[in-house]
Amino acid sequence: MKFSLEWLKQFLETDASVAEIAAALNRIGHEVEGIEDPAEKLRGFKIARVLTAARHPDADKLQVLTVDAGDGGPLQVVCGAPNARAGMVGVLGLPGALVPANGMELRKSAIRGVESNGMMCSVRELQIGEDHEGVIELPDDAPVGADFAAYHAASPVFDVAITPNRPDCMGVLGIARDLAAADVGTFKPFAAPAIEAAGSCPVEIRIDDPEGCPAFYGRVITGVTNGASPEWMQRRLASAGQRPISALVDITNYVMLAFGRPAHAYDLAKLSGPVVARRAKAGEEVLALNGKTYALDDSMTVIADDAGVHDIAGIMGGEDSGVSEGTTDVLLEIAYFDPTRIGVTGRSLSLASDARTRFERGVDPAFLDDGLEILTALILQICGGTASDMVRAGQPPLAAKVIAFDPSLTQRLGGVDVPEAEQRRILAALDFSVGDGWQVTCPPRRHDIEGPADLVEEVVRIHGLDKVTSVALPRADGVARPTATPLQQTERKLRRTAAARGLNEAVTWSFLPGNDADHFAEGNGELWVLDNPISEDMKAMRPSLIPGLVAAAKRNADRGAAGSRLFEIGRRYFRADAGASDERPTLGVVLAGEKSPRGWTSGKAAGFDAYDAKAEALALLEAAGAPVANLQVMGEAGPQFHPGQSATLRLGPKTVLARFGALHPATLKVFDVDGPVVAVELFLDAIPPRKSAAFARPAYSPPALQAVTRDFAFLVPTGLAGGDLVRAVRGADKQAIVAARVFDVFAGQGVPEGRKSVAVEVTLQPGEKSFTDAEIKGVADRIVAAAAKLGAELRG
Amino acid sequence: METPDKPRLDAALAAIAAADAEALEAQRVAALGKAGWITLALKTLGAMTPEQRLVEGPRIQGMRAAVADAITARAAVLDAAALDARLASEVLDLTLPAPEAPRGSVHPVSQVMDELAEIFADLGFAVATGPEIEDDWHNFTALNMAETHPARAMHDTFYFPDVDAEGRPASNSEAVGRQGRMLLRTHTSPVQIRAMVQKGAPLRIIAPGRVYRSDSDATHTPMFHQVEGLVIDEGIHLGHLKWTLETFLKAFFERDDIVLRLRPSYFPFTEPSVEVDVGWQDVGGRRVLGGDGDAPGHGWMELLGSGMVNRRVIEFAGLDPDRWQGFAFGVGVDRLAMLKYGMDDLRAFFDGDGRWLAHYGFTAFDQPTLSAGVGSKETGIRA
Repeated sequence: MKFSLEWLKQFLETDASVAEIAAALNRIGHEVEGIEDPAEKLRGFKIARVLTAARHPDADKLQVLTVDAGDGGPLQVVCGAPNARAGMVGVLGLPGALVPANGMELRKSAIRGVESNGMMCSVRELQIGEDHEGVIELPDDAPVGADFAAYHAASPVFDVAITPNRPDCMGVLGIARDLAAADVGTFKPFAAPAIEAAGSCPVEIRIDDPEGCPAFYGRVITGVTNGASPEWMQRRLASAGQRPISALVDITNYVMLAFGRPAHAYDLAKLSGPVVARRAKAGEEVLALNGKTYALDDSMTVIADDAGVHDIAGIMGGEDSGVSEGTTDVLLEIAYFDPTRIGVTGRSLSLASDARTRFERGVDPAFLDDGLEILTALILQICGGTASDMVRAGQPPLAAKVIAFDPSLTQRLGGVDVPEAEQRRILAALDFSVGDGWQVTCPPRRHDIEGPADLVEEVVRIHGLDKVTSVALPRADGVARPTATPLQQTERKLRRTAAARGLNEAVTWSFLPGNDADHFAEGNGELWVLDNPISEDMKAMRPSLIPGLVAAAKRNADRGAAGSRLFEIGRRYFRADAGASDERPTLGVVLAGEKSPRGWTSGKAAGFDAYDAKAEALALLEAAGAPVANLQVMGEAGPQFHPGQSATLRLGPKTVLARFGALHPATLKVFDVDGPVVAVELFLDAIPPRKSAAFARPAYSPPALQAVTRDFAFLVPTGLAGGDLVRAVRGADKQAIVAARVFDVFAGQGVPEGRKSVAVEVTLQPGEKSFTDAEIKGVADRIVAAAAKLGAELRG
Repeated sequence: METPDKPRLDAALAAIAAADAEALEAQRVAALGKAGWITLALKTLGAMTPEQRLVEGPRIQGMRAAVADAITARAAVLDAAALDARLASEVLDLTLPAPEAPRGSVHPVSQVMDELAEIFADLGFAVATGPEIEDDWHNFTALNMAETHPARAMHDTFYFPDVDAEGRPASNSEAVGRQGRMLLRTHTSPVQIRAMVQKGAPLRIIAPGRVYRSDSDATHTPMFHQVEGLVIDEGIHLGHLKWTLETFLKAFFERDDIVLRLRPSYFPFTEPSVEVDVGWQDVGGRRVLGGDGDAPGHGWMELLGSGMVNRRVIEFAGLDPDRWQGFAFGVGVDRLAMLKYGMDDLRAFFDGDGRWLAHYGFTAFDQPTLSAGVGSKETGIRA
């Protein structure tokens, strides 16, 4: 909301400076977003009289003027305006002045060979109006030589953000009242003028929708002239950022901006029959003043006559019955609309207006009579005419809220000790009346006041939030417990482990293009898809972290990065039963491009393969506290992965803790990225929580005797998984065998068709006594026997 | 004493001193081997008279020791020379690059969230979370923003359809009563409600996480991060709020001169509501937080919204508002990161550009701790 200092002073007697007022506005909760001082902008523009005007020797459309700007001799100025003539008084911009409209600095120059010492200015050039037909013409008695800024009464303009709970401050009057309470000046009570009405209102006003429109007051004024509004009003409207339109429109706008009170004027000639506040009928339409046609429905309140709808109540008037230059008789409407109804209607029509902003937040229900009188008086004064009696339909909700207030609450909630007398003064200054026993009656315009806490806010904001002093929160007794949940601790460990392993943490969007989400959704649960995405690329909530990371890896590759090692910890989103949100904490890793560059020792650059993904998966699972030794490598990583180069890591057959592997060429194609790209996804919600709650570890002393290793080379069927062979070997003697590891796999020359050679190193740990040869042979025999069950034979 | 063996010994010692490894072994065999002349000489001792032995014994033993010592000394010289020769053949050009381990990094948003958790843990705040896909009731209604509340218009909300692809209602109507349309949470404030409902009072939590607004320009991204703070207890007032924010911001920016300016404001879920500005000063063309914003050349920066929790919110969460009261605040995590660590483009946070991550990221070992200071200073190592 914008208003000038001069306007504010209509309602506030004050000597405070602009800076003091701005500081006070901030202090009491009306944030000053900007201060504009037009006097600054008009520096260097003076009132000047044209002494002579002659045609420019070399240009038909230019004149050479001599002007008197007060000091020194006459100045020669070249001017292109048709209305410049000897004797007129106008505004001269002197060299050095900056033209407000375009920021250009005026200079002494030669125009078509004739010296010019400045510029006679138009209204538009000085940004004080729209007119650019000619230069400004001031009254003959305007003081030649004076600064135009002072003559124009250019007044600093405040731009203030009014919070939605304070519609009473969406008029200059309300702001003045708040400032006066904060001791910035004295509030000037505003008495509505008494109107001498001549005769009864010729138009019937009726309410058929008392819920949407509890009160509808009005009157007719006949014989008006709808010319231009006076300069003082235009100036104030301009300070508020409103363009002058016509006297009648300007006056309604003015009353809204000065008093926070929207009203509407209809051209009486375009109305027929009673004017009724009613529900719209489905299918009705109205051409609004913004030139757009709106389809209405029966949830909306409108003002209509026999012919149809003329006003979307409280939001915007209709074009057909709007006032125009030729309007002579008007019907004024000042009504109270239900705030909720206005909000719902405005949202469903997507129609914003200054009136809606005020009505949906709540206007002053006690200001209908005064508002109409003020409006009428201004019209009579400016446009002439004869006013009828005021007619009133319905009643605004005037019941005043009474709050039982305990002034000690100001200390208990607000943390600041304000003497009772001062609390009483503040509330009274804000128009609350404080009765016996602190029964506080609220002014009806303060819709935001619901209870004692709101009164504390009023007292504290006027008293000054800066007077609140810091008080330490008491420290809880006892041992400080961890404040992070087990999942949060796991995430932290994972994040630091991944970073320590050389992965870069990325944060990617939670939403994906629909295609990418679909590609990763398969078999993964139902997706959440936004109704109103910001773009098609941000439409579906991600069912996997891999697509976002692959897209980031692609961007990196496109920028010339040789390789990317990215990880992210975040949620995947699925639709659960009954429409609930199932958000699963997940860690994703994508390794793309070069794993190692070409090098003087290693030769060619190397890419990533599925084993790199497996290494990350296992290391990160271990960091997350998963029982890595007990995991099984199984299939079904999902169709997004290479079917032969991907796997899941499971705890038991069903619990999938992670999937990893190389991405499917089809996936790479979707993302338009070159392969191979490998990825990992850890499902953090599937990792079982660690059971131990103790700090102490189980007792342990390193075995005294050295472990023994033995190698076994088996010929096995080509299809046998190495992991299965190792598991069989390990299971051959659970006591003695502490480790088994494949160290060679070979197929080809010397190995029969359909078989491969797998060499396993087995570690045996003796207990109290060293193994005897016989014991070792016994273990070896059991190993060979166990392997044989899988079709493995010991190589000779 | 001149003896017949003397020339032979001198010759042997001279040969040893000049021997290579092979010649040295030959000398050893010739002198000290089974048939070596000193070995044979030692054997003559047995047949001597005690008087003779008294003279010859030390003499022969002396020769044996002289030869053995000379062989040991020569062997050491030869070994050293051989080692030198080997080392000389093993020279590496250490200006060549060594294999490099990739450098990982932690994202600034994560780092700052860890810092916040650390700072607030010290004040007794636990870390709480809630769903990002919320229902209307938790995101708005329970925060005192009814369906028709004008403040809702300030939240550019992402919504999900009322029904899913199969036409089933999208809201969890059967499970917990109709909670309204599903949406992406517009702030972390719904976690206030969930924490109060789940944990009751007294309560001290922070709730960091992703939030969403349908807004995208140079300074807004449709997804960003907030941290919510909530204290519910008996007798909590605005003074506690101010102290908590001061303590938090001083600890976060590691500056004692952080000055807060509290301004009255409006949020439906707090009453009174307080906007908090922090004083800044110009340091080399950059706005750095610290100092009184009213000082010449200084200014105020709007940093966070806060206030005393509206009693209706406490009621919605099922607590007794006559007994429990408290404060809440919310602040942008990305914004805090930018102010502390100097990034100037929010959009870059979510791009995954490896160069940006390396430059603005943190090492695994920059884990914020109170003992080391929660912030991580620029070391210049990465540059």
